[in-house]
Amino acid sequence: MSQIPATLRYSASHEWVRVDNDLATVGITDHAQAELSDVVYVDLPKPGATLKAGTVAAVVESVKAASDIYSPLTGEVVEVNSALVSAPELVNKDPYGEAWLFRVKLANSAELDLLMDAAKYKASINE
Amino acid sequence: MTMFGDWAMPVQYTGIVDEHNAVRSAAGVFDISHMGEFFVRGTNAADFLNHTLSNDVAKLAVGQGQYTLMCNELGGVIDDLILYRLAEDDYFLVVNAAKIGEDEKYLTQFLPAGVSFENASPRYAALALQGPKALTIARKFFGEAWPEPRRNAITHASWNCQDVLTARTGYTGEDGLELFFAPEIADNFFHGLLKAGETDGLKPCGLGARDTLRLEAGLPLNGNDLSLAHSAFAAGLEPFLGFAKEPIYPGKNVMMEQKAAGARFKLAAFRVPSGPPPRPHYHLFSGADAVGEVTSGAPSPTLGCGIGLAYLRADVAMPGTALEMEVRDRRVPVEVVKKPFYKRAA
Repeated sequence: MSQIPATLRYSASHEWVRVDNDLATVGITDHAQAELSDVVYVDLPKPGATLKAGTVAAVVESVKAASDIYSPLTGEVVEVNSALVSAPELVNKDPYGEAWLFRVKLANSAELDLLMDAAKYKASINE
Repeated sequence: MTMFGDWAMPVQYTGIVDEHNAVRSAAGVFDISHMGEFFVRGTNAADFLNHTLSNDVAKLAVGQGQYTLMCNELGGVIDDLILYRLAEDDYFLVVNAAKIGEDEKYLTQFLPAGVSFENASPRYAALALQGPKALTIARKFFGEAWPEPRRNAITHASWNCQDVLTARTGYTGEDGLELFFAPEIADNFFHGLLKAGETDGLKPCGLGARDTLRLEAGLPLNGNDLSLAHSAFAAGLEPFLGFAKEPIYPGKNVMMEQKAAGARFKLAAFRVPSGPPPRPHYHLFSGADAVGEVTSGAPSPTLGCGIGLAYLRADVAMPGTALEMEVRDRRVPVEVVKKPFYKRAA
């Protein structure tokens, strides 16, 4: 059973979102990190770049494969977690905490309604 | 779990790196039941195989095994396999799962008188027991009567009154065994082996670790590093090509000409000192020139950096050459190195 914090929102492609006013922090779920296992490299978006919801924003590489991470929301990247460059294994250790990937300034808060709550996400991964 | 042809196979049990490290430091067991098993028998079997496969069958004593290639007329690789000589006129072939049908067709097409062929794949399940503790575990598992095979050799063992072929071969760069037995006993055999190796740190391992282990050991994977697109000579497999033997097998003359003229491309090893790991189909550059394509790549758990194999233009395939790898629209420095990446302590 993976952890699915009740306070977050989730995308079908296994990203989580934490909203703080007009800032959204994005990472990958515990379920996703367990599926990937052994993360060895993370490519982050460029600060200042504008991301569109549903497009590739980052890449997380495990021993197995390189996996695209999609931005769940549209907006400008205001901060990236550069700690992951030297410590990509944080994605496995603390996916909801230290291993957040990037923060975007929300361009369209209505997009939040398209994301799942914890119960829906839990059902979507058959847990 | 993943589908590999018709086989549902585990990618990992406890994690690729965990399993990889278990094989390097203790032991791991892999389910390799998907591999194909053939028998070629008869008074003309040796001569037939010597005209069909690349390595010199005449060098194979009873009880020995050899790595060998099945090539097309241009030296392109149809399959790579291990040929064991079980008795005077009795040969056992272990081939890649995806190639069982093609290999069978190839071998039976011109089967001469005095040679019989059997595709025995449905009669065999198989496990690979690999790592520095593999032999210790096998001795416990099979008991004192087990005739322990030497490196590359094969013996008959008995386990619960069942015949087991025990070969001292593998695909990980470690010492170890490949074990062939009836599928009916597979469940008990697998769990019995795990139990026997419990105190020695034996772990079940999946396809993920199998791939990183063989890549570190510089062993090619058919379908990735070996294909019809490049000859076995370009793949760097000359020690297994029997150029000194008399019989002509498909592709031999073409590859001997390649040796005389120099191959245009060579399968070379490279490492990525820092940056994203290489993956199959990434392109390598020398300045503005595209000089090759990656056929295998992964982060190396033992070396702690990305490693890969690529067919490189021969003039940039020497160890020490600095090249660049294109990853997601940017270039990352890589260095051509000698194979293998990892060699176990003698």
